[in-house]
Amino acid sequence: MQKSVVEKIVADWNTVVLKEAFEEVSFSVPREIIIAFLKYLHEDIALDFDHITDLTAVDFPNEEARFEVVYQLYSIEKNHRIRVKVRVPEDDCTIDSATGIWKGANFLEREVYDMYGVVFNHHPDLRRILMTEDYNEGYPLRKDFPVEGRGWRDSFEFLSEQKQGN
Amino acid sequence: MGEPVIDHYADDVEVTPEKSPRRVEDMLLNMGPQHPATHGVLRIVLDLEGEIIVKATPHLGYLHRGVEKLAEDATYTQIIPLTDRLDYICAMTNNYAFVRAVEKLLQITIPQRAEYIRTIVSEMQRLSGHLFWLGTQALDIGAMTVFFYTFREREVLLDLFELLCGARLTVSYFRVGGVDRDMTDEVIDRLYKFLETFPEKIDEYNTLLETNRIWVARTKGVAFISGKDAINFGLTGPVLRASGVHYDVRKAQPYGVYDKVEWEVPLGKNGDTYDRYWIRIEEMRQSAKIIKQCLDQIPKGAIAADLPMITYPPRERVMTDMESLIHHFMIATRGFEVPEGEVYSSIEAPKGELGFYIVSQGGNKPHRCRIRPPSFINMGAFDHMARGYMIADIVTIFGTYDIVMGECDR
Repeated sequence: MQKSVVEKIVADWNTVVLKEAFEEVSFSVPREIIIAFLKYLHEDIALDFDHITDLTAVDFPNEEARFEVVYQLYSIEKNHRIRVKVRVPEDDCTIDSATGIWKGANFLEREVYDMYGVVFNHHPDLRRILMTEDYNEGYPLRKDFPVEGRGWRDSFEFLSEQKQGN
Repeated sequence: MGEPVIDHYADDVEVTPEKSPRRVEDMLLNMGPQHPATHGVLRIVLDLEGEIIVKATPHLGYLHRGVEKLAEDATYTQIIPLTDRLDYICAMTNNYAFVRAVEKLLQITIPQRAEYIRTIVSEMQRLSGHLFWLGTQALDIGAMTVFFYTFREREVLLDLFELLCGARLTVSYFRVGGVDRDMTDEVIDRLYKFLETFPEKIDEYNTLLETNRIWVARTKGVAFISGKDAINFGLTGPVLRASGVHYDVRKAQPYGVYDKVEWEVPLGKNGDTYDRYWIRIEEMRQSAKIIKQCLDQIPKGAIAADLPMITYPPRERVMTDMESLIHHFMIATRGFEVPEGEVYSSIEAPKGELGFYIVSQGGNKPHRCRIRPPSFINMGAFDHMARGYMIADIVTIFGTYDIVMGECDR
């Protein structure tokens, strides 16, 4: 990504934190301004981030604000990428939805809700997407969810090996 | 042409039930999860008004195996076979996307020969993926013959994969730092031989379909999406390019040796299923061109980077000396240390942009391994693309994405 573009974003927003590593640019943004910031990235002609490549979350169980929602954005016209990160605490696990900016955010936000339990305000259809809709054993990609699953498997009736032999 | 026959949002169609002599009601139709045209297990609930689709709600997750969760509990080497099972039609490109992300995190470069081999096998995979799509898509909408023709060529490619790495579908051929085995002269010769006749075979498929009036009528103007909408929905791959948007990761951010060979990105105009078919046909021609040039240019040399902490020792040595055997065992079981950091790296898979976002906190396992699945994100536009078409078109609309549920549900 061009230096001038990064400098422009830093100059326009004093509350975002820039980090550059592995030739990638990422911005940490406070939760309150996220939609305004994304709108700016989408609509500013010099930036023109028209393509939402990915939207996901990362769980950091030992940190104060536990979840980090990550947006990967791309501009097809300008050919540059950016990553926007927002921290969401566990006790108030909500963030505003970006579906008003990119329609592609719809399924991706549903997946984050499904896997991490982050609620997206003003989302048109916030339901679980990969797990069943009545799944109530928690959020699978949280770090405190065991890899082998929780509860459901124990309810299966297993035949003991001896019984099978008879 | 190109526009659906009726208004997209048919909510306000003027029907007054009391006055109408016939009873009018909306119908809810369930399709799947075990429908032969869904290529896996996908369920769609269709809101119908007569034969017209008012709303289509996809219900995903029937093939959800929690690959992202499993990846957090596996070493980087152990994740490679997991990626095979995402898009199981195109395992090579999945491997490629993953190892490239890890290599970016480790900041290592790989030998030229390995780069060439990687490019060749991922283009072979694109050929076999597109051949699979072409055969099944035509089969789904009633043109059965093409299926037998495309699978004939796909078989040749799969045999070559078997010769190269011992497996046909779940290949696990890539390694962090290189590839598993060298490309033998026999593979290269057979590939040359295949490429000699392949362009004629493409013409053959073309003849079978383009002269089939029913097939043409069922694909032209079906599943239309405009370029602007396609970008807004985050679509990638042939679905995006058929709407005339020039975005191909291989050109935009070249990797492998794509910048050393000559090829073009085919672009569509109408954004319908027919254009997507045309794009894939052209991509096959381009892929054949890329493989040919790579085979001409491929240098001799090592196939894996010389980094004893990361790459396996050569196979011959593992079989003969003790130290190499222990070395191999250590890397296979304990993996390797990856520095702290986060990267996003993507490649152009046959379905679209396949990306991996890896967050590492040091150690031999990733803290988070996010897969950016092209099929899943393309599926997000399904409702938008299905509205206003007839119920008979729904199979075409599925088929247009080249969807594989293993990748969609992960």
